[in-house]
Amino acid sequence: MAETMLLIPGRTSKQGTSLNAGKLGAEYIEVTTTVEINSDDMARLGVKEGDAVRLSTEVGECVVKCKARKPSDLPAGMLFMAYGPASSQLVGGETQGTGMPLSKSFDVQVERVA
Amino acid sequence: MLRIVNGRVYDPANNIDGEIRDICVSDGKIVADVPPEARSIDARGMVVMPGGVDMHAHIAGPKVNLARKLIPEDHRRDPHPRVGLMRSGAGGSVPSTFATGYRYAMLGYTTVMEAAAPALGARHVIEELHDTPIIDKGFYALMGNNVLLMRLIKEGRKDAVRNTLAWWLNAAKAYTAKIVNPGGVEMWKSGSNNVTDQNSTIESFGITPLQVVDALSLAVDELGLPHPTHIHCNNLGHSGNYTTTLETMRVLQGRRAHITHIQFHCYGGKLGGKPTSKAAEIIEYLKNHPETTADVGQVMFGDAVTMTADAPLSYMLHKLSGGKWVNADVENETGCGIVPFVYQDSNYVHALQWGIGLELFLLNQNPWQLALSTDHPNGGSFMNYPRLIKLLMDRDFRNQEIKKVNQAAMKKTVLLDDLQREYTLREIAIVTRAGPARLLGLKNKGHLGAGADADITIYEEQADKEAMFSTPRYVVKSGKIIIEDGEFRADHGGRLLHVMPAYDPQIEEVIKPFFDDFYSIQFENYAVGDEYLHEHEIVPTLR
Amino acid sequence: MENTDKRIIENATCTFCGCVCDDMILTVEGNHITQAKNACVLGKAWFSEHTVEQRPFALIDGREAGTDEAVEAAAQVLANARFPVVYGLSDTTCEAQRQAVAIADYIGASIDTTTSVCHGPSGMAFQGAGESTATLGEVRNRADLVIYWGGNPAESHPRHFTRYSVTPKGMYVPNGRKDRTVVLVDVRQTPSAKVADIFLQVKPRADFEMLWALRALVKGKPVDPSIEEITGVSLHAMKDLVQRMKSCRFGVLFFGMGLTMTRGRHYNSGALLALATDLNEFTHFVAKPVRGHGNVTGADNVVSWQTGYPFAVNFSRGFPRFNPGEFTTVDLLARAEADAALIIASDPASNFPKAAIEHLKRIPTIVLDPKTTVTTSVAKISFTTATYGINTGGTVYRMDDVPISLRPAFPSPYPSDETVLRAIKDRVRQLLGQTA
Repeated sequence: MAETMLLIPGRTSKQGTSLNAGKLGAEYIEVTTTVEINSDDMARLGVKEGDAVRLSTEVGECVVKCKARKPSDLPAGMLFMAYGPASSQLVGGETQGTGMPLSKSFDVQVERVA
Repeated sequence: MLRIVNGRVYDPANNIDGEIRDICVSDGKIVADVPPEARSIDARGMVVMPGGVDMHAHIAGPKVNLARKLIPEDHRRDPHPRVGLMRSGAGGSVPSTFATGYRYAMLGYTTVMEAAAPALGARHVIEELHDTPIIDKGFYALMGNNVLLMRLIKEGRKDAVRNTLAWWLNAAKAYTAKIVNPGGVEMWKSGSNNVTDQNSTIESFGITPLQVVDALSLAVDELGLPHPTHIHCNNLGHSGNYTTTLETMRVLQGRRAHITHIQFHCYGGKLGGKPTSKAAEIIEYLKNHPETTADVGQVMFGDAVTMTADAPLSYMLHKLSGGKWVNADVENETGCGIVPFVYQDSNYVHALQWGIGLELFLLNQNPWQLALSTDHPNGGSFMNYPRLIKLLMDRDFRNQEIKKVNQAAMKKTVLLDDLQREYTLREIAIVTRAGPARLLGLKNKGHLGAGADADITIYEEQADKEAMFSTPRYVVKSGKIIIEDGEFRADHGGRLLHVMPAYDPQIEEVIKPFFDDFYSIQFENYAVGDEYLHEHEIVPTLR
Repeated sequence: MENTDKRIIENATCTFCGCVCDDMILTVEGNHITQAKNACVLGKAWFSEHTVEQRPFALIDGREAGTDEAVEAAAQVLANARFPVVYGLSDTTCEAQRQAVAIADYIGASIDTTTSVCHGPSGMAFQGAGESTATLGEVRNRADLVIYWGGNPAESHPRHFTRYSVTPKGMYVPNGRKDRTVVLVDVRQTPSAKVADIFLQVKPRADFEMLWALRALVKGKPVDPSIEEITGVSLHAMKDLVQRMKSCRFGVLFFGMGLTMTRGRHYNSGALLALATDLNEFTHFVAKPVRGHGNVTGADNVVSWQTGYPFAVNFSRGFPRFNPGEFTTVDLLARAEADAALIIASDPASNFPKAAIEHLKRIPTIVLDPKTTVTTSVAKISFTTATYGINTGGTVYRMDDVPISLRPAFPSPYPSDETVLRAIKDRVRQLLGQTA
């Protein structure tokens, strides 16, 4: 069953260091295809650390690996991932006259990949 | 090579007043003669003058660019299309760099000084000036709220003040030291609003604004800079500020000093109350003190953008306008405030400012002492210069305009007395060219004698002086014909004018520790490298 | 040819993020920087990973080519395009940026920078509200209240705290960290929260509401208690923050893309700028967007001084017009309007919305980058260029508009962005008959 959660793509240290090694390199791809999830949410979704989940919006989808975060660090219903090619697949092209797509704090469907 | 024939030449620096004579050009300079095969321009029915010199405008650097970013609505009304080989741009009160250079040239101006820039942003200023075509240019570095200098002044270390100032002008590649509301900007940045007058104590430093003015002007004199300290007094715009202006000038008696946009510093009345005109008192002082010079800072009705290092003043204007406001503090050096503004002829204060500017022009008997400026874009765009010239040259036009504006304000001036004075072409040539060039110490500018830079403007004689000065028939820059028959024919880079006063290198032992403690960039990375100079000219010091 | 001597370069500048720290001490051995003293974790990676790789000078349709041949091909694409876009520019020098704007002017292109997907909304807010701001040295010397909103500098700008705003000692904060109160407002407890004395966790998409409530409280207006439910922050905490803001000597609000990329966008930035402006009624208060890439601030400055507008500029009528949403690159691509793209030092094929990336793959794209990226891999013509600050000199503007000159560590066999762009500009003008 897919659940609606809120995704925040953003910068991380690891993303910043690994992009210097190369954006086509394994580490950068690893870093930008990992999503952080509140551990309670993970339990409810029935996924474990390192399991794959599918994130989808009306424009696209990506499959990423789960990483657990304590509920005190990441509130329930919130996802965080380093932005990059994977998160871009979820972002719509509408900028509402600003040039800026809605790139943080948008709804995504989350489901376990069997 | 070029020979301009049959034109009426106005070259007041060489006592030439409307004579018909040839002007010859070779290798970018005015020369006595050129061979007969040289190209000839027939200037019959035309007036030949040196290229215009604007000694006080805001055209490049951090604050100007903030202002550009701030007003898309102003640019939108006035695009500057790409023509031929030249770049496009945006116009309005704060044009883009290319438009600034081209538009000054379109009015016959060939030299312009950016009047206030932080040394910390000197690279930015120079990069923008490099993208400002046609004109030669330089900038004044803001020194009147420099924390290290104020500390050295407090300690009474005159030699250190002079050496530090010289180091800073070298580092920035500036033209002279600018003083803006001495001490007041530092007070604003520390949350204490402003100094109240020229004798109040600058908090944390225990010195007064007049001590800052005195010490820095002395240092500039000792360094022999071609242009003296360029001073924006305390209390700009406040009613009753003329006493501050007079006292500031008195401190500098006997020494060269330039008081800028003096119109904004000529107000009587009580602080917080309605201003009155004290133009006559200021002119009286100037008359008796030829060593003190000024530019007017004329207000013109319509759109303007106030932009100044006088950040507390800018906050006051923000409160008056109620509109958008930019404040930008610069570490250890200065501040900056920007407020778009509209001068309205129905408004008492605005009309009085307009009137005081005209009074200054019309009451002053020595045009060499008082240059034409609008403090672009503070009092209005430089594009207003032709109209201002018409106000000075055409008494009927002036009287007609005086009738249109707030009459209560006009009653506070002498303008309702139908002043007879009409500027002659010679006087216009002085206040727009020969005078400012002399005040800047630019020996090769503002005149058409042999050896001068071949910066020449040729206007068709017309009864309507606004039309005449709006559209020169020819503009020659460094010997190159830039405008011919009113159209651009060539592009030109223009060069940076700067000074390199000598100093004792030991002074770095005073400056570097200050940088280590209080700057956010490395001392070693502060000075602007020679790679930024491109075409440039080091204007020699007087000693 | 490789110079294997060990050299030390002092006062070098790191251009990775907008902090543009200019106190690097680099140890250079041949074509490697083996040590970058004073660099943060990001800076260390930036310096250590930029070596000269064996790569073709250029690729045309996947085929190796020389720079000159690729310049010719690029100029042909641009001269024949009807609605091209020039984009990127945040990771290159101002000297290169000036050439890029010139190309856009001469060919009648749109020019837009990564600002439009970073603090573009803050630029729009600036145009509406203005901004009270300061250079980072003023913050260092004076700020006794430092607020970060919607940003995570601990990971994005690691030395922002230590070099400029939190720990350094300054003229009026002689005890450094002890003399300052640090507040973080964000939707999640990021690593930056550890640095803060006060962490306020605002609900996602409620930044505007909280900022507006703070403005009301600053002005002494009543705020309905429902604000607590809307924002997730108690009125008590907001009043406490307001008290601190009004009573500090020098306050600063730094803000990040948590404001610009979420619901509200420029309204969020505008509310924050207005809050800082309002506070000057009581004390001295400034605000500053924490800009991302090394020279994105330079891009704003160059585009502004050359065109009058900071980004989203179009030259198709022969003069600059500004319209975010129309001439911004995401829109030009997502609406499938652009028919060619010149992309300098950025990677939109990795970071743009899906629809924009798909169009980018359909049109001829010219890319300048020192490294291979997703964007170079979809380019028709790609140039390998030297890395700014490591291989080339030039000018970079720090996030507070302070210009800094670069000190390159070692030469690159590849041309600089400026050199390539200048060559493209000259050739395009020839093709368009614009030369004298």
